[in-house]
Amino acid sequence: MAFPFISVIIFTPLVAGMLILMLPADRKAEIKVIAAAAAFISLVLSLWLFFTYDREAARLATDWAGRIQFEEKIAWVPSLGLSYHVGGDGFNIPLLLLTSLILFAGVLVSWHIEHRAREFFAFLMVLATGIFGGFAALDLFLLVFFYEMAIFPIYVMIAVWGSTRKEFAAMKLTLYILVGSIIALVGLFAIYFKAGLGTFDMVEIYQNGNLDATFQRIWFLPVFVGFGVLASLWPFHVWSPDGYVAAPTVVSMLHAGVLKNMGAYVALRTGIQLLPEGAKFWMPFIVFLTVISIVYSAMVAMSQRDFKYVFGFASVGHMGIVLLGFSTLNLVGLTGTGVQMFIHGAMSAIFFSIVGMVYDRAHTRDIPSLGGFVRIMPIPTLAFLIAGLSSMGMPGLAGFVAEIQIFIGVWLAYAPQHWWFPWMAIIASSGVIITAAYIMRVAYSVFFGELRPEFADLPGVTLMDKIAVTLLAIPLIVIGVYPSIIMPLAQTGAASIASLFGGA
Amino acid sequence: MSSLDPAALINVLPEILLVVLALMVMGLDLLWPAGRKRDLGLVSAAGMIVVLIASFLWPGDGQPVWGGMIQADLLARLFRILFLVAGILTSLISMDMKGLKQEGEYYAMIIIATMGMGLMATANDFLMLYVAMEMTSITQYLLVGYMRREARSVEAGIKYFLFGAVTSTVMLFGLSFFYGFTGQTNYAGVRMGLFNPAIDTGAVLVALILIAVGFGFKIAAVPFHFWTPDTYEGAPTPVTAFISVASKAAGFAVLFRVLNVVFPVGVPQSEWTNLMETLAIVTMTLGNVLAIPQTNIKRLLAYSSIAQAGYVLIGVAAVSSLGVASALFYLAVYVITNIGAFAGVIAVANRLGSDDIRAFAGLSRRSPYLALMILVAFLSLGGVPPTAGFVGKLFLFQAAVGQGLIRLAVIGVLNVIVGLYYYLMVLKVMYVDRGEEEVEVPVSAPLAWTLAVSAAGVMLLGIFAHPWYNIALRAAAVLFPG
Repeated sequence: MAFPFISVIIFTPLVAGMLILMLPADRKAEIKVIAAAAAFISLVLSLWLFFTYDREAARLATDWAGRIQFEEKIAWVPSLGLSYHVGGDGFNIPLLLLTSLILFAGVLVSWHIEHRAREFFAFLMVLATGIFGGFAALDLFLLVFFYEMAIFPIYVMIAVWGSTRKEFAAMKLTLYILVGSIIALVGLFAIYFKAGLGTFDMVEIYQNGNLDATFQRIWFLPVFVGFGVLASLWPFHVWSPDGYVAAPTVVSMLHAGVLKNMGAYVALRTGIQLLPEGAKFWMPFIVFLTVISIVYSAMVAMSQRDFKYVFGFASVGHMGIVLLGFSTLNLVGLTGTGVQMFIHGAMSAIFFSIVGMVYDRAHTRDIPSLGGFVRIMPIPTLAFLIAGLSSMGMPGLAGFVAEIQIFIGVWLAYAPQHWWFPWMAIIASSGVIITAAYIMRVAYSVFFGELRPEFADLPGVTLMDKIAVTLLAIPLIVIGVYPSIIMPLAQTGAASIASLFGGA
Repeated sequence: MSSLDPAALINVLPEILLVVLALMVMGLDLLWPAGRKRDLGLVSAAGMIVVLIASFLWPGDGQPVWGGMIQADLLARLFRILFLVAGILTSLISMDMKGLKQEGEYYAMIIIATMGMGLMATANDFLMLYVAMEMTSITQYLLVGYMRREARSVEAGIKYFLFGAVTSTVMLFGLSFFYGFTGQTNYAGVRMGLFNPAIDTGAVLVALILIAVGFGFKIAAVPFHFWTPDTYEGAPTPVTAFISVASKAAGFAVLFRVLNVVFPVGVPQSEWTNLMETLAIVTMTLGNVLAIPQTNIKRLLAYSSIAQAGYVLIGVAAVSSLGVASALFYLAVYVITNIGAFAGVIAVANRLGSDDIRAFAGLSRRSPYLALMILVAFLSLGGVPPTAGFVGKLFLFQAAVGQGLIRLAVIGVLNVIVGLYYYLMVLKVMYVDRGEEEVEVPVSAPLAWTLAVSAAGVMLLGIFAHPWYNIALRAAAVLFPG
């Protein structure tokens, strides 16, 4: 039997979490080392997946099953057709890598946490297992299992270690996401019974499901929108800014960077991939919601005074672009989305980690009262600029690579009865312009200009912080300069979905 | 008749052993000095463990005993195991409960009640059923009012008794209908008798509703739930735990059997499926909604247990072997989970003398492991993976969707969300809030064992659900042959 890479990635954090719980609470150094080590193991293994995934074989493969590698399948409750089935393809392998990258960076920027550190890192590790599992699962039941597992720790982490109306925000976020996922869950059961295969295995349902078109149209909305809540689809995004502002830094990073992606990813895997007829019917209308997401959130972000709220709304806009990519249902757009999800994660993680660094030092997030922070934290400033430029789609950085494909994809989605697609591309790209404006504004008022006297003696960032932001910034440059590192991979992932809609 | 053969008695071996154990505990109570009486809890727990082992070693052949009064088939045996587990854990958590004079008669009544529940599950005859139900009810009335000098406990006992007495009379009235229709008291006999086309369907439905009153009282389904909060609050906490799990499970044991064996004949199935669906919907919704404003943890758990019964009723309404198996699995999960939750309540109440939710404030700082165990129990009640409560609820909803009860499943999942809200609020108090007096909560050994067994069981059933679910499926097949 081959080495179970994916299982090791999924369960290493969980084991680390158990170990952490067994340590006495005052051995904080050991606790952090264990957490970092677990994150590092996952990072190394997911890098291994990323670079050893056989892209050539995946390109030649004709169906989804042929593109799944590192597959593991163990019967779990055979009488109900549940199995522990995980595997990687061009869509989720980059996301596994992203998760471990942000997890590792997140542990590093949380190094200063002293308040109940044992519980903090234990919950963080459980959360990580949930996210890894959610991305890797190829069984509907397993998918929901991990998905729900990821939601609960967030509640405690925001409510205990957060700030700014934390209990309210934690409950709001948790309930929104739970309601969405549970509604989607009923849809998944409906798929299970309608497919009549007696299995929750996504690959089998994908191949042999034979769900009729009416059924797909009815159930597409609950499933896609239910999971879309976690991807902050407008108008179900309202938990997101409050939640991120309240959350501790690492939770904002993981939530904005990875969990939202998980929501989108799961919506894609279940909604679009298992219910293609439903997607064909509804996506041309959902595209309106995504465009509203993009433009509206960019405009709201523009008018924020609170540094963290800016990026709370920015991440809604980024996810809008991801969901816009879904609505194209063609290879170009979906490939762009695959890349955009990765980039969005890295950018959001950079933004939120730097917001955290600034706030920890200045104890304010009011943008007008900040300024000149480049002198205190040059490396994070550089990372911020890279992420910011990438987010406004500057050529040479990763964001451009993804966004251009998504916009082309939207343009290509034109059909006589869906004449509005090109207009959508045009309106959505105006969001990019507004993004440029608010990134410039924030960068200018926080990092440049006069450094106020009361901030003059603030300490610089730690080595841990520098490593974290550097790690997160590297992929943005690498992908921007050398898109082929991820593009063919994303393309094979997108092909499994695009082929359902006649374009492979 | 072969069923009078002494060899057939092996089918009621656990009941016989439980009687012996009850007598033994009462005897020891007379012999032992007052200082040693705490150990009676250990004797009772150990004795029931022996019975549990014996019931595994000699499961019996499942043949009818005593002229068909009793039949210990797989379904009944599984329920018996559940009751024994509940009895064992209840004995353990009673040992250090303050204000409860742990005397032989207390444990003896727990044992007798456990035995009565076993008989409820194995009963195959309405007369036997009624005797068994009264046996459990009467011992439980006494247990609830056990703290004679506490007004609350006595009030709880009286309330429980009055409700129980009335509902049991109504049920008896309903049972008399069946005797009138068919001249039989045996389940199979009644079933055969109901094939008679001369019997009016409406009358059978009325009888069914009358019987449902008795069962509804046992499982604390809405609208027969009014006794629950007061009784749960006033009763000694271990007794509350016992009633909330074992007695409820026993009610379901009867419900499964009577509904599925007797009624498919007399009443169109859709009629009583509708009845059960309605019952499930109002029970879980009302339980969950009323739990939200509670400030007393025992009252909160009372309403929560009403809601949990509503979830199990989903499995009953989804008339199929899948439904019964899911309900059975969920009941097992619920028994283990809820006992853990109550063990946590007892630990806190022993130290702080309060059942108020505020008493839990900051518990995670004072006693992190106790808090963790309570967390696991509450997450399971709420249905968060990887706990068993999650898998169990999914099985139930799946069974409902499988029978086309989409509406029921949707209302069920919405209820889960409402439930999560108040479970999370308790966890929030434990993990986020700061208490006025931050004292460490000591956990005695029997409580610690109970908590550990509960948490381990919850995780085990959650992650390795398959073997247990398979057993539940096989047991459900008893009711749905072919």
